Amino acid sequence: MKLEIRNGRLIDPARALDRAASLFIDAEMIASVGEAPRDWRPDRVVDAAGCIVCPGLVDLAARLREPGFEYKATLESELAAAAAGGVTSLSCPPDTDPPLDEPGLVEMLKHRARQIGQARVYPVGALTVGLAGATLTEMGELAEAGCVAFSQADVPLHDTLMLLRALQYAGTFGHRVWLRPQDHHLAFGGVAHDGEVATRLGLPAIPVAAETIALAKIFGLVRETGVGVHLCRLSSADGVAMVRGAKQEGLPITCDVGVHHLHLCDVDIGWFDAQANLMPPLRGTRDRDALRGAVIDGTIDAICSDHAPVDDDGKQMPFAEAEPGATGLELLLPLTLKWANELKVPLVDALARITTGPAAILGAAPASLAKGSAADVCVFDPAAAWTVCADALRSQGKNTPFLGLEVAGKVRATLLAGRVVHEA
Amino acid sequence: MTRNPQLTANGELTHLLTLEGLPAAIVTHILDTAEPFVSIAEREVKKVPLLRGKAMFNLFFENSTRTRTTFEIAAKRLSADVINLNIGASSTTKGETLLDTVDNLCAMNADLFVVRHSQSGAPHLIAAHLTAKGRSHVHVVNAGDGRHAHPTQGLLDLYTIRHYKKDFRALTVAIVGDVLHSRVARSLIHGLTTMQVPRVRVIAPRTLLPTKVESLGVEVFNDMREGLSGCDVIVMLRLQNERMKGALLPSAGEYFKHYGLTGDKLALARPDAIVMHPGPMNRGVEIESPVADGARSVILPQVTFGIAVRMAVLSIVSAN
Repeated sequence: MKLEIRNGRLIDPARALDRAASLFIDAEMIASVGEAPRDWRPDRVVDAAGCIVCPGLVDLAARLREPGFEYKATLESELAAAAAGGVTSLSCPPDTDPPLDEPGLVEMLKHRARQIGQARVYPVGALTVGLAGATLTEMGELAEAGCVAFSQADVPLHDTLMLLRALQYAGTFGHRVWLRPQDHHLAFGGVAHDGEVATRLGLPAIPVAAETIALAKIFGLVRETGVGVHLCRLSSADGVAMVRGAKQEGLPITCDVGVHHLHLCDVDIGWFDAQANLMPPLRGTRDRDALRGAVIDGTIDAICSDHAPVDDDGKQMPFAEAEPGATGLELLLPLTLKWANELKVPLVDALARITTGPAAILGAAPASLAKGSAADVCVFDPAAAWTVCADALRSQGKNTPFLGLEVAGKVRATLLAGRVVHEA
Repeated sequence: MTRNPQLTANGELTHLLTLEGLPAAIVTHILDTAEPFVSIAEREVKKVPLLRGKAMFNLFFENSTRTRTTFEIAAKRLSADVINLNIGASSTTKGETLLDTVDNLCAMNADLFVVRHSQSGAPHLIAAHLTAKGRSHVHVVNAGDGRHAHPTQGLLDLYTIRHYKKDFRALTVAIVGDVLHSRVARSLIHGLTTMQVPRVRVIAPRTLLPTKVESLGVEVFNDMREGLSGCDVIVMLRLQNERMKGALLPSAGEYFKHYGLTGDKLALARPDAIVMHPGPMNRGVEIESPVADGARSVILPQVTFGIAVRMAVLSIVSAN
């Protein structure tokens, strides 16, 4: 199958390239950029006039809900959502039921994802058996089955000695550990940022110190062990400052932020809007602004969708009882573009945070349009506006705080290994 | 932020969910409406037909005797039919969601829900659900939600203050105790600031104050003697048993020593200061008996006024 993407504006963050050029794809690979290979006769031509052609997006946090929570979402529904959102590679956290703590579960997930064939799935394995924090998982076996890293998802690991051991063990085999920095005791029972809004609404609160204390603990253990840690879902200005300092110190850490946190803050809870119940909680405007800036200066390496399909029953509850999370796979691109537009970030830099940045953290092949790369491509119209609503989303999760918002940026085509997996 | 969900597009009160953002004119209207209802209670026939034929459901997901009873009396004096549902914690174990319960009661033609729930925002959720289902003729009155609001308590407190002190704009009011967990305190603070009370103070140890409480428009005192000085009104908050000993406070005894209202501390306030308490009281924990039963205490009139204020609220929301 020979495919040509014509008339588009090519943006390839891996090579800081931004120019009008055609892309030639042959045998699942990028065969050429700009100039047609010899005797080129495409089987198919995609007209990308007015569109941007970039590497397929890479998302570090997409809950697919399988196994165990199929009533919320399935691999079929969520991988279709990934394709519709231009996401060609994604990693899923281990907080399924049962958690991803056995090679068989991981193999099954990889197998099902390959069968569906709409995105590459990179499972993150459980750091401890059952995520219970007591016994290390068989990380060697899990890595062979396809796990790219190990984490506790959102489940706290109380025991600092256990965390130290887990880092040492993961480091033995060269695995990275992904941790969401949140002190369990300070966060216990909390559902909102500890500030004026939570005080006014009488919501149990989570102070910023829950994040900074967890970061201090993690940095201490990284210094002790030298093992690389990826920090998931930073939420506060103070946290940003600490990560910046730790990177300057040379600690082997990387960091991501959920795309919601680049736009929303605790005020958006309004009158108890459960759509704004996210974890970590939406914090103050100062925190949001710090996160927005930290993505520009590279303190934050990647923006992720923090995709969490939640059904209506999970959201139609009093705020504190509602299930946290929001659908995100199809909003990652438009919300990243919105951030870039508002802060006047060049597109090539903005797209780096959802392509090359996260790809490097995954340890996957670099997201690139260079000749010889896998032809994972996203073609999108940056000007096309659409309104976020249930009908516009492929994901089984229809709940998001952005319902009703008009966004710009519509994916016209997604290619996975040279195959068109989504067209609109 | 979205429009205040308790007001209609015309700015009329259709639900009472919180005192926050409620215009002073509506607060005054409620207090004025309550005045004649106080005297109804003194008549031989204690009933008016304002809510005849209306079905009011007391929907209590959290235990309460006093508030439920006063709502029941208020509704009965307005000639409404009152149905009491003490759902408690068992409803969730049966698996029925809050909104399923509401839909079922709507199918029984409820006109008014009086809701108490342990979660902040539950009455807002019900009100939004009724709007979404096109049931805007059904009204919701918040009878206490989590730590968030207890607006009829706030209104009866305002009524009591106005009854004894006349002009809100010349007062110093101190609220003493567990502000962190108190919906009564939050509602009263909003009510007092709306009525332009110039000095609202909160007095508590730092473990019982929420973050940035001063953003609500109050002055913070950790020293009770300092905070009571020159006050016209002292509102004591109830301290829940489970909070008397543990991570928030070391003991009920130490709490009483520093934050209990005694005769000598009361002497620091203005000589005509009144003492209020939303009840039920813990004698010897937050207030000593001679003060609770003393000449300056208006704790029992608060209860009487509470019925009149609830009658006013029920009749006003039902009319809109």
